[in-house]
This record gives sequence, structure tokens and C-alpha cells, in this order.
Amino acid sequence: MSADVPEAASAEEQKEMEDKVTSPEKAEEAKLKARYPHLGQKPGGSDFLRKRLQKGQKYFDSGDYNMAKAKMKNKQLPTAAPDKTEVTGDHIPTPQDLPQRKPSLVASKLAG
Amino acid sequence: MAGAGGGGCPAGGNDLQWCFSQVKGAIDEDVAEADIISTVEFNYSGDLLATGDKGGRVVIFQREQENKSRPHSRGEYNVYSTFQSHEPEFDYLKSLEIEEKINKIRWLPQQNAAHFLLSTNDKTIKLWKISERDKRAEGYNLKDEDGRLRDPFRITALRVPVLKPMDLMVEASPRRVFANAHTYHVNSISVNSDHETYLSADDLRINLWHLEITDRSFNIVDIKPANMEELTEVITAAEFHPHQCNVFVYSSSKGTIRLCDMRSSALCDRHSKFFEEPEDPSSRSFFSEIISSISDVKFSHSGRYMMTRDYLSVKVWDLNMESRPVETHQVHEYLRSKLCSLYENDCIFDKFECCWNGSDSAVMTGSYNNFFRMFDRNARRDVTLEASRENSKPRASLKPRKVCTGGKRKKDEISVDSLDFNKKILHTAWHPTENIIAVAATNNLYIFQDKIN
Repeated sequence: MSADVPEAASAEEQKEMEDKVTSPEKAEEAKLKARYPHLGQKPGGSDFLRKRLQKGQKYFDSGDYNMAKAKMKNKQLPTAAPDKTEVTGDHIPTPQDLPQRKPSLVASKLAG
Repeated sequence: MAGAGGGGCPAGGNDLQWCFSQVKGAIDEDVAEADIISTVEFNYSGDLLATGDKGGRVVIFQREQENKSRPHSRGEYNVYSTFQSHEPEFDYLKSLEIEEKINKIRWLPQQNAAHFLLSTNDKTIKLWKISERDKRAEGYNLKDEDGRLRDPFRITALRVPVLKPMDLMVEASPRRVFANAHTYHVNSISVNSDHETYLSADDLRINLWHLEITDRSFNIVDIKPANMEELTEVITAAEFHPHQCNVFVYSSSKGTIRLCDMRSSALCDRHSKFFEEPEDPSSRSFFSEIISSISDVKFSHSGRYMMTRDYLSVKVWDLNMESRPVETHQVHEYLRSKLCSLYENDCIFDKFECCWNGSDSAVMTGSYNNFFRMFDRNARRDVTLEASRENSKPRASLKPRKVCTGGKRKKDEISVDSLDFNKKILHTAWHPTENIIAVAATNNLYIFQDKIN
């Protein structure tokens, strides 16, 4: 039995290598797994869906928001605000100013 | 008179020569987010063309009438009306920003002099009435021409006001607001063939509305699991059958389509038909499910077929056959070997739409680098064309484009690595009877016509 296992393993490995050669998709998958080894155990599963369903989530203070809105009342529709990653003390934030909380599903390379 | 040289429903995309007709929008390199076009739709006659953008605005173009003194402007689309359909909102209870981006516009069939359309953002659907005013009354008794009230005691004689012509004014007014029926983001609206009802679909639910009633909506599909941890797929698109008012379809993120019959039960959680192409399990990869997600579903005008768009292909299904599509057209198969980077830059989640021509003999969909693809179903040929400012001389023919996948790049070909993935054509529309197409390229709207004209 122990003699069979290494053979089976190498047959599988061989198939995998063949797959990478014949299927561009599998080659791409291997590339992705090499870059992000901790990427989802459930490929394409609930993670994507939850990200999709949560689009638009932001956190703010309603008092600040209403004050800023009152100031902006007579201006045109706000155009896309330049990227503001920090909200400093002398600036009243509006939802548009808050840093985009775009949850990335790809784990940071720093996290290993 | 509408009958163009080629007859009511000319043949498909390829024996024709496509030519540039018009382009709308700014030439600036710096595109403001609000100007990005998010939906394009011809009305039933093709005389009106509506666009919606990320800034919540709707612009409607109207086709110019044939005019002997200006023969070249026949068939040109010019601005007819523009209005702010949706504004940005904030849901305080859920800390959710509600984008004003117009996700879809659908026209109602015309029943009187006014035009009606439905426009929707993520949460709220609105019915807009667009009407013309070209006369006004003059000679009121109680007010002056400039509107000031006259002193009734000074009036010594009465007159009958007369209608005088005035410069055409096109007014858009919101007639109905259908709100608070969607917890998740609305991705589709579809007007029923009964012209009385319509459906709206979000990620997990589909609702049925009556056009006259805004405070009630019937839920007809609900795929939300009791435990959200068990969520495996979402609704990506939905449409009513063009002739059978009891039938609609909805597509999923897993690449399946369900056809439902509203006569069978009040809640259509159980489908009447289930369309899925069998997958070869050995070819399954991390990307399989993501690229199989259907981004658009459209019935043919005949009602016999439906077309679905997934990331790499367009499939035509016969409603009588659930086991597999009758046609599969590759849009940009060369991207299969780029899926890793397309996942990293999120392009793999781009939602491309697709459309039929008036006779159902051809289909069209967009791609990257401002390329779009047309498939002639009868002749079994396809062509890649480009929407670009370089090729925008009046009535200039569009030259077919080719993407080079292998090593040696021929002259005029473009290599896969040179494609601009920021230039995506997600939204296209085909005139209901003629060979006129509208292609949205980020913030520009291109209109192309066939050469017969």
C-alpha cells in the first residue's frame, strides 16, 4: 500500500502539470495561487457575493453630514472628489470624502 | 418614412459596411466619473435614444426627420431632452450610500403624444413622462403677458385667450416613484408585454409592479437563504418574455438561467425551466464560476430564443432546449490566458451587455480597448470593430480589427498585452428595425450606421 501512494501522487502531479500546459485557465490559476497562497478555500463562493451585497457601506456622523450638506446646498452636484485618504480636524467630512472602503478579497502580500 | 433602403429588417452584421455617423460627449482625457455612461436604450420605434450616466442624468436623443434641404442630417440623433433622474442619497439607518448611477432605462410603448420611460438606480425606480409643448395661450383676462396679475376692477372687456405657436419645449416630469421595495441593488427592470406591469430585480429578489401603483409591489422570486452563510448565487439579470406576459427569465452568478411562469404559483421560486450548460469537471478552475456568471440576458424579438453574456462568450439558447445553448460565440477567448491579472485589476467582474438586431439575425456585445463584436448568426461570421475618435470622419467606414494572440503580430493587428482594459464597452444598443447602433465608450456615445444610407 505504501508503495502505491507515491505512484498515485506522481500520476496526479503529472496530470496537473499536463493541465497547466494544455489549459491556460489552469495556468492562470496556478499563477494566482502562487501570488496569494491564502486565497479563498471556497473559490468564487460567498466572499464575492458578500462583497457585492455590501457595496456602498460607509460610516459617518449624521451631524457632520447634515452640516456639510447645508453648506453645499446651492452648489452643483458634487463631482468625484479627489482621493482623500485622511480626514483632518478642520474639515467636515461628507460621505463622498470618506476613504473608499473597498474590501479587497486578495490577501495583502504583507500578510504572507 | 421609416423603410430604409434595406427594407424593414435588414440582414445581419457582416455583409454590411458599418460607418461612423456621430459621436456625443467630451474629448477630454480627464473623464469625470459622473459622465460615464451606464445605460443605452432605443425606444420601440427607434426614433428616441436614451442614455443614463453615473451622475444620475438621463439624456434623450431624437432622430431628425428626413429633410430635403439637409440630406446629410437625415437619421442624425440630436439632443431632445435631458434631466436629472436620480440624486445621491444616504441611508442613515444602514450607513449605506445610495449611488445615483442609472443602472437601466426601459421605454414604455408609446400610447399617446407623450413618451414614457422607466429609469432606475440601485434602489428606486422612476417613471418619467417626456412631453412636448409647442403652443401657449395668450390673451388671458386676469394676467398680463408677463404674468403679473391685473387688477380685476380695471378690466372693462373680456377676451378669449388664443393659442399661439411657441418654440418647442420638451419637458420631463417624474410621474411615479417606486421606492423602498429593494434591500439589495437593482440590476434589471423589464416592462411586460401587457403594458401594465413591470418587474424589477435585485441580487436576491424580483418584484412585480403595476405602473399605476407605487405603494405596493409583489415579490415573485426570493432566493435569499435563511442563513446568509449559505448564499451561493445571486440574481444578475431578469427580463419578461416579449409576447407571453406570464413568462420571465432570470440569470444567476453561477451561469444558469431560470424561466418562470407566473400562472403556476404566486411565488416563482420553483422554475418552469432551468437552463445550464454542462461543465467538464476536469476543466474546472478557480475562475470557472466567476467567468460563467451571466451579466446580461435578452430575449430575441421573436421570443423563441434568448441570449446570455458571460465574461468570455455570448450564448444563444432555444427556449425549448434546456440542456445546452444552440450557439456559443467567443467574444475574446484570448483573455483566458490573462485571467490572473484580470482578477487582480477587477476586470473579471466587468458586466458586459448584449443585444439583438431587429430581425434576430445578428447579435452584438462589447469588449475592451473600445472594441465591440458582432456575430452574424446566419452567415456564421463575426467581426470586431472599434469605437475611436481616430476613426470618426463622417460616413467613414469602420475597418475590422484583429487581436493577435500568437507570437508574430501582423501589421494592423494589436497584441493582447497592448489592449487598454480601461476602455470597456459595456453598453450597446441596436435600433429596433434599422442597422443603426449606439455604442457607449466610457463617456462618449458613438452612433454607427450601415452604408446603404
